Amino acid sequence: MNAKLFGAAVFALATLLFNPGWAQEAPEVDRTSTGGAQTLEDIMARQEQLKVDESFRSENLGDPASAAPIDEPLGTLGGRSQPDIWRGVRYNEIDTSTQVRGPAVDVLIQDGGMPWYELRRGPVITYGGGAILGFLLLLVVFYFVRGRIRIDGGPSGTKIERFKAIERFGHWLLAGSFIALALTGLLTLMGRSFLIPVIGQEAFSPLAIGSKWLHNNIAWAFMLGLVMTFVMWVAHNIPNKLDWHWLKAGGGIFTKSHPSAKKFNAGQKIIFWTVMILGFSVSLSGLSLLFPFEMPMFASTFEVMNSVLGTDFPTALAPHEEMQLSNIWHSIVAFLMMLAIIAHIYIGTVGMEGAYDAMGDGQVDLAWARQHHDLWVEERQAKQGRGESP
Amino acid sequence: MKVMILGFVAALVIAALAPVVLEQFGWSSAEQYSSESVRLD
Repeated sequence: MNAKLFGAAVFALATLLFNPGWAQEAPEVDRTSTGGAQTLEDIMARQEQLKVDESFRSENLGDPASAAPIDEPLGTLGGRSQPDIWRGVRYNEIDTSTQVRGPAVDVLIQDGGMPWYELRRGPVITYGGGAILGFLLLLVVFYFVRGRIRIDGGPSGTKIERFKAIERFGHWLLAGSFIALALTGLLTLMGRSFLIPVIGQEAFSPLAIGSKWLHNNIAWAFMLGLVMTFVMWVAHNIPNKLDWHWLKAGGGIFTKSHPSAKKFNAGQKIIFWTVMILGFSVSLSGLSLLFPFEMPMFASTFEVMNSVLGTDFPTALAPHEEMQLSNIWHSIVAFLMMLAIIAHIYIGTVGMEGAYDAMGDGQVDLAWARQHHDLWVEERQAKQGRGESP
Repeated sequence: MKVMILGFVAALVIAALAPVVLEQFGWSSAEQYSSESVRLD
């Protein structure tokens, strides 16, 4: 027989032989010497990973039936000693209540804290931060390969109003608050790992406190900006057949052609709906974090997902688990939004000549407008010709 | 450019007003974490 195969077989047999999974029952233990409490044998059996019958502890919960009256010594404990009560808590055998008021104060133990912390400081930072750095690098490469998208034949010198002041205000309210949220969010998530080793804890502390304040409060401006831009632009962002042609032509980015578009082309519509859907989701998880334990949403979401998709997500979540899930979801969605917005900023500034003017002063060059939004220009000029307000 | 700066200033003004408004609604952490029998001020 092959020596390696033989070695593997011996190893497997030895593993099975010594594996505590074979669950040898611990021998009966005489507990008279401890009055029924656990003995050294119990502790040793547990250390050897033998199966120990825990009923001598889980059922030893005092005697409420023969409790002393409330006004007599030990009466307030209701026939249970302190160890009886804590055993009951440990084995989830008694109902507990507390006089402390506040959300989630009746949760004594929940064990999701460390997995949440490990996930947050590990994969979330690694993959989220890596995706942003990788995407920035990709855009730099793209810029040098494709170059800036120029206005064919140069600017015409004639201007046309692309966005009204209120539209630009809504955009910048959303954009300014998003950038503040992204920077303060990254600082909160990554500061402990990357900034403290560089600037020290004393310098990081005020930065972290300030970031937390700004992040929590400027979130309202973000939500207002999100609602404003949704109301103003949703009608222009309904997908139609034109978008399919635009997408098939790759927006003309690689072919240097200029597929027809109305006020928003398919690429802009993708950015719009990405911002709206992710913005709504990040706002919901953000509100859940802003008002701890007041807005749990994952248990009910999982319930719907389980019934629709047939998944098996847990639907009984401790209040703290809800917060942990909100926090992780908030980070993941925020990273996705950052990627979309980096692409948006690129194409709106260095990536395309004349694009920034649309949100800068609202006036774009007519040649640029005809090149990228020809049907919108036609509509506008037709309206102006009829004397209607554009 | 003016509208951009106005948007940024508005975001900061909203951020400054938010905690004041939330406190008016009784949504401060101190109020959320205490009962009626606790005097906060």
